[in-house]
Amino acid sequence: MKKNNSHTSGKAVLEINDLYKGFGELKVLNGFNLVLYEGENLVMMGKSGSGKSVMIKCMVRLLEPDSGNIKILGKDISTLSHQEMDKLRTEIGFLFQGSALYDSMTVRENLEFPLRRHTDKFDLKDTDELVMEALKNVGLEHTVDLMPEELSGGMQRRIALARALILKPKIILYDEPTTGLDPITSKEIIELMKTIQDKYNTSSLIITHDVDCARVISNRMILLLDGINYVEGTFQELSSSEDPKTKAFFK
Amino acid sequence: MSKSLNFYSNLRTFFEEVGALARFAGRYFREVFSPPFEFRELISQCYNMGNKSLLLVGVTGFILGLVFTLQSRPTLLEFGAVAWMPSMISISIVREIGPVIIALICAGRIGSGIGAELGSMKVTEQIDAMEVSGTNPFKFLVVTRVLAATLMLPILVIFGDFIALVGSAIIENIKGGVSFQLYFNQVFDALEFTDLLPATLKTFFFGFAIGLVGCFKGYNSKKGTAGVGEASNSAVVYTSMLLFIIDFIAVFIADIFY
Repeated sequence: MKKNNSHTSGKAVLEINDLYKGFGELKVLNGFNLVLYEGENLVMMGKSGSGKSVMIKCMVRLLEPDSGNIKILGKDISTLSHQEMDKLRTEIGFLFQGSALYDSMTVRENLEFPLRRHTDKFDLKDTDELVMEALKNVGLEHTVDLMPEELSGGMQRRIALARALILKPKIILYDEPTTGLDPITSKEIIELMKTIQDKYNTSSLIITHDVDCARVISNRMILLLDGINYVEGTFQELSSSEDPKTKAFFK
Repeated sequence: MSKSLNFYSNLRTFFEEVGALARFAGRYFREVFSPPFEFRELISQCYNMGNKSLLLVGVTGFILGLVFTLQSRPTLLEFGAVAWMPSMISISIVREIGPVIIALICAGRIGSGIGAELGSMKVTEQIDAMEVSGTNPFKFLVVTRVLAATLMLPILVIFGDFIALVGSAIIENIKGGVSFQLYFNQVFDALEFTDLLPATLKTFFFGFAIGLVGCFKGYNSKKGTAGVGEASNSAVVYTSMLLFIIDFIAVFIADIFY
């Protein structure tokens, strides 16, 4: 494994140590390690089927790893009860690849959904204000009473981003945020992610195939190959690498 | 050789599925009594399943009453027993035919609807999104739907039975000149508490089976959009089979006690 020196500082908000995950005979993650620092935008790239989505799902316990250790905001998630994990999840925003908006609910209900379930964190009478603030952040206040099916793919992605942000999380996980979008909409989403990161100082882990997205948004990058973090570094370091496997990602 | 292997493989899959369904039911019972309770969603599901099924159940019940009376009338006439028509129809409909037919109709409407809805939510990661937002999707989606189906089916069956008796009374009025008052007097004379209690109790189990199997198939659906259709379809098939098994057990137990 080749490892470049990474430019990191600050407090670690997410740590993964020696993570293994397989499905029967198929071994997807083979001792994967990662640290995400406070206020950092960490981009992870890897081939399709390399285990990026599996890894990100292990982080929120949508999947249980075979072995290894994941610490989020200093808490080892494998030791948390369901209730404790649900509470921790309010500190983590998750943008799904396909937006995953609740299609039987309006945009307002989609955004209210997490708020109504975490009244310990927010007052219900502030719901309207919080919904409108989240929509303003993504520039879609006018869609508040529309159904998801009435929105374009790009708009759905932005609403999903607003929903991921509504609980004011400390960490946001992006699972291929620009996949399936045209170049102009992709650029808008990337700009939006940057703006949000600047405004709320969130730490972001972005899984993407989009080199432009990685170039614009990353403070640091990881290439996931054969279930391990093959190489780490800044975009400039990795994109100018002579290693053939690393180079292949930037062609 | 390969045929017997195939048979054992199918048998094994069947028992694995039964085991998974039993575990799913176990989780339901663990979660149904523990807070937080999703009352808003429960009310919404009761409305969806109950109110929106009324027309279908009403039409089915009405036609059932009409046809059953029309078909039985010539035979009873032949034996000079046409005066027994209200008693015979009411006992048959209330004790057996009404609950089973209406439950089968609801398995088609409610069971397949739940299977398709949850299946679609599963493949589009909406269930994952719910979990990630710190909500227990099992409690929000499964517990509310199973409970709503369990509560609504008895009401739908009682409504359907009544409409079926109205349909039967109309035929008797047209063909035999029996007044509605006389018809319903005979109906209530014939029906006893022991007819109503087991018939109503078993409809709670019918509702539970419809909700549980629909949720189980939808919640565990795989293979993308094809899996959604499969979940919806198999929810109806499995529920229909389960309804007959429950009916047999209910009749068997009722026979012992009454």
